[in-house]
Formats: sequence, C-alpha cells, structure tokens
Amino acid sequence: MTLLDFARGPALSIAFAVFLIGVLWRLFSLVLLPKASDNSPARADSGSAFGQGLRGFWRHMWPADPYLKSSVFALVNGYAFHLGLAIVVFGLAQHIQFIKDVFGISWPGLPTGVITLAAIVTLASLVGALVRRLTNPVLKLISTGNDYITWLVTVLPVITGIMTINHLWLRYETLLALHILSFALMLVWFPFGKLMHAFLVFLTRSRTGVVYGRRGVKI
Amino acid sequence: MNAPVNVKAAAKTFLAQTEEYLSAYTEACVHCGQCAEACHFYQTSGDPRHTPAYKLFPIAKAMKNNKWPLNWLGLAPAITEADLKEWEELLFDTCTMCGRCTTICPMAIDIAGIVGRARQAFAAAGLGPEDLQQAAEMSRDHGSPLGLSPDKLADRLEWLADENEIEIAVDKAKADVLLTVSSIEMMKYPDSIVAMAKILNKAGINYTFSTKGYEATNFGYLAGKSDIAKIMTLRIVEAAEKVGAKTVVIPECGHAYGAMRWSGGNTIGRPLPFEVLHITEYLARLKREGKLKLKPLDGSITYHDPCQISRRGGATQDARYLLEGFAKDFREMTPAADYNWCCGGGGGVQAMGRAADLRHKVFKLKIDQVAKTGAATMVSSCANCRLTMDESKEYWKWQGGLDSLVEVIAEHLE
Ligand code: SF4
Ligand code: SF4
Repeated sequence: MTLLDFARGPALSIAFAVFLIGVLWRLFSLVLLPKASDNSPARADSGSAFGQGLRGFWRHMWPADPYLKSSVFALVNGYAFHLGLAIVVFGLAQHIQFIKDVFGISWPGLPTGVITLAAIVTLASLVGALVRRLTNPVLKLISTGNDYITWLVTVLPVITGIMTINHLWLRYETLLALHILSFALMLVWFPFGKLMHAFLVFLTRSRTGVVYGRRGVKI
Repeated sequence: MNAPVNVKAAAKTFLAQTEEYLSAYTEACVHCGQCAEACHFYQTSGDPRHTPAYKLFPIAKAMKNNKWPLNWLGLAPAITEADLKEWEELLFDTCTMCGRCTTICPMAIDIAGIVGRARQAFAAAGLGPEDLQQAAEMSRDHGSPLGLSPDKLADRLEWLADENEIEIAVDKAKADVLLTVSSIEMMKYPDSIVAMAKILNKAGINYTFSTKGYEATNFGYLAGKSDIAKIMTLRIVEAAEKVGAKTVVIPECGHAYGAMRWSGGNTIGRPLPFEVLHITEYLARLKREGKLKLKPLDGSITYHDPCQISRRGGATQDARYLLEGFAKDFREMTPAADYNWCCGGGGGVQAMGRAADLRHKVFKLKIDQVAKTGAATMVSSCANCRLTMDESKEYWKWQGGLDSLVEVIAEHLE
C-alpha cells in the first residue's frame, strides 16, 4: 500500500469515524443534559423562542457599533479566514470531485485564480491570528494548548494543499497523501478541541438569543 | 479568611450547574479575546486577568474534569485550592455581572450569568469577600443588608411621612400594588422613597409597603448564597400574597429587579403570583394611562442605564419614554442604552471594601462620557449605581450633578 493509498483508505475512514462519533458525543453530552425550566414570564411582545434564537444568532454575526474599532482585527481577520477557507474547501474542483465521490453531490468549481487568492488570504489570516495570539497580552493569557493545537491542525491542510496544487518540492502523490493525512488529523482533533465551535455556535448564540430575547433585550 | 477552603464543595457546586446551555457556554469560548475591551475593568486596569473569558476558567475546568471520557483518560485536571484563590478576586471584585461582554462575544456567551453561578461554588468553598457575605447574612438575620429591620422600616416610613407631610401607606390589609425599598435608599436617599409614595398617591393607586417583605435588594444572590437568595425572595412573595397585590414594584435598584423579575420564580421554584415591574416601568405605565402629568424639566440631563434594568433587564426604553416630552434638554451618552458602561459598583462590588479603588478608577469612563454630552446632571434609576457614583464623584472631585430619575419626576408633578 502506498502512502497515498493509506491516506485515502484507512486513514481517512478512521478519521471520519472519530470525527463523527466525537462530534455526536460532544453534542449529545450537552443536549441530553437537563434543561432549566424558566418560571419567569417573558415580556409580552418578545415573540417565539425560535424567533428569539434566530435573532440572537444573527445579531452576533457582526459587532455592534461601539466595538467596531476594538474588534476590527478579529472581525476582518476572522471573516477573511472563514470565507477564504470556505471558498477553497467548496470551490476547488478537486475538492468538489472528492465530495462527489464520497457524498454523491457536486456543483461547478471556481476559477483557479480565485482559489489561489482565497488560499493566500486564508494562510495569511492564520499567520496573523497566530502572531496576534503570541503577542497580545490578553490573548497570551487566555490561550491554552488547545488553541495552538487547533491552529496547527488547521494550518497544515492549508499549507499542504497549496503545495499540492502547485507541485512544490515533492512528488504530487506524496503531496496529495500528506494533504489528505493532514486533513485526517484535523478531523480527528475536531471533536476534542475548539473546532467544535463550528457546532456549538448554534447552541450558544441561539440560547443567548432566547435568554435575552424573552426579556425584551435587543443585544 | 482563615477557615479552610473547601475545594470539594466548590467542585460539587460547579457541577450542580449542569443545565445544557451553561455547559455549552463553558465549552464554546474560542479565546478570541474580544470581550476584554468590552469590560470596564480591563478597559481601566489594562490587566489581562480582567478579561471576561478568563473569568470562566475555573468553572470550565471543573466541568471538563467531570466529562467522560476525558476524566477517565486523565486528560482533564481537577480544580485546585490555588485556582479558587486566584479566581476569587476575579469573580467577585472585578465582575459587576453587567453583561456587556456578551454583547461583543462572537459566541454570545452569557458570562455574567456564569459568574453568578460560579460565585455559588466559591461561597460553598467558604470563599468570597467578607463584607459581601456579611451583607447577605445581615439580610437573612435582620431583614436588610444595612440593618433595616421591620420596626425600623415602620418608624422611618412614619417619620418620612410626617417630615414631608404626605401619606405613606404601610401594612394595609389589601392593596393592588406592593411597593418595596432598597435599604440603600432608606439609609442614604430617603427622598427616593418619598418620591415613589408621592407619585403613587397622586395617581390614586392603592399601594402599600409591608413590614413582612420590603427589602428588594438580594445580597444572597450577589454573594452566591442561594439559600439566602431564596429567603429574601420569599419574604416579598409572601407579603405580596398576603395583601393580594397584583403588582410588585421594585424601587430604583438594578439587581433587585433582575433577582425578582427574571430569577424570582426560579429561585423559589414556582411562578410568581404577581407581575414584577421596575419603578421606571411602572411610571411609564402610569404615563401611558394618563396618570402621570409633569411640568417640563429645565436644564440639561443625561441618563445612566443601570445594567440590570437595560442591557440585562429589557426595560431600556421605559426610562426614555418617561424623559420624552419632559426633559427639554435630554442628551444621550455614547455608548448608551444596551451598550452603556457600568458604574463599576454592580454585582455587589459596591459592598466590597477592598474593590473600591479599582471601581473608582472605572468611574472615569462615565465621567468622560458625561463630559462629552455636556449635560449638567446624570440621572439614574438605581440607588446602588447612585451610591457608587456619589462615592466615585468624591474620589475624583468631580463637579457633575447626580440625581435619581424618580426623584426628579416627583419634583415635577403637576
Ligand atoms: S459581566 Fe461586565 S464586569 Fe463581568 S466580565 Fe463581563 S463586562 Fe466585565
Ligand atoms: S469574546 Fe467570547 S469567545 Fe471571545 S474570548 Fe471572550 S468569551 Fe471567549
């Protein structure tokens, strides 16, 4: 079995299994916890819990005016990273082919120029995030091993991906194998670290939307 | 405090807080640090330890330690005495539970809510500022954190009625509205109580104070002592039930409103048999019903939103509705309303002697805000904010005027 066969085969399968079981474990261990019933009556005009949750989710997409200045880095860098990554993950023809092979659905890819630009933006924003984490006193204090491991497993697929597409330094098959392996590593880490925020954000924002929404607070 | 720190009790209490959303909150922080700038303590001290996200660490740690299979694999260390000692100051002295950090957090984590719960764990371990604990115990044993016993309340109300030549209803057998007090008002700002009575008299409301349940502040809640929180809540509930009140009015006090309006039914484990309104909500209702007619107010004023009334209470617009058409020169601060800066003394911080220096420094944010509006007077609708601001005003030798919204309204009754 070549390295590529291993990456495509057992490595990826195991990684997907860990990802799936781990994410389900994290989510079920939360949603199966008892729910606190709220005995306080909601404000009369506060609407349905569903609407409150949605509004809560929406409002936290963007910082309120008073914070625009202090949050400008997190805002620009954060959006650049997430959008850049989404474009690369879902726009690159090879990724679409991979998704088609696994899930049987596909869509047209984006031009290489766009992908390259997005990949560079993604990488740059990751570097920016790390530099800030290592230098800003607040971030230095609140960062834990989780933050750095998460950064590493996120940046590796980006770097190996850029190398693979551009045939840099190594054989294509080796590069592709490394890229897939790094993706597998990310999947394995996903449920254990803060990548989980991709799921948890729906729980926390909507919950806060309800807590405050029923009080009639518009934050 | 020399008593041994009961780490086990703290861990157990942390873990008792296992509602779905609370656990999700403690797991969801992405350590982006944006909340630091939203917190008046960090904003003032520049100390990274004052970052709101950092205040979540002990409870997050305790919960992670309890999570299978992390505990089983030895991947999650347990909470230690050193942790509790390190975070005690952070969760009490440097968090007013103002909720401002939630408004910036991309994960929308309700840090103020978690701090409130986490304080219970510290209290269980025997930690927490002594003066705050004493205030809670005084409330339990004598009816009020400042020693305002039922007899003293009756005496003082009678004296206030005589002094001001007004009627103040006490211990009526039946009433539609139960009025409550904050002992800060009774001791430092008794005119506020007179003002409430005057306005309600004028509007022809059938109200009463009750010596059975009068203290609206809830230091049990602030000190993390849930048993005392329950006792304080029940006193008012029982008094209201006895007089058959349909409405309980919370005076100018922020946390008292939150503790009764949004937590009261949960504290006692059943829905409250009456509606709870903050005095600004109640006056806004009187105004809507045409029962509050005012002469115009001259002079420039601005309004300080008590965090628990506005950002965490949802009554932001009622104070503004009261000022509309009444205050001829009303000027908003920036930011204001749901994004206001806290006075620095909420969450019981006002009562913690050792926290005074930092909270005075925090007040500079407010001074600068008021200066930008050029308003002569800042009114508020919380006696705790007012006391905090009066003390900090003294500290800074600030010249700005401070007043209570209810008093200003009572002075301008037609
Ligand atoms: S609730 Fe207020 S005081 Fe507490 S951490 Fe958040 S911003 Fe700071
Ligand atoms: S803003 Fe929210 S997610 Fe970011 S560090 Fe603060 S609490 Fe955590």
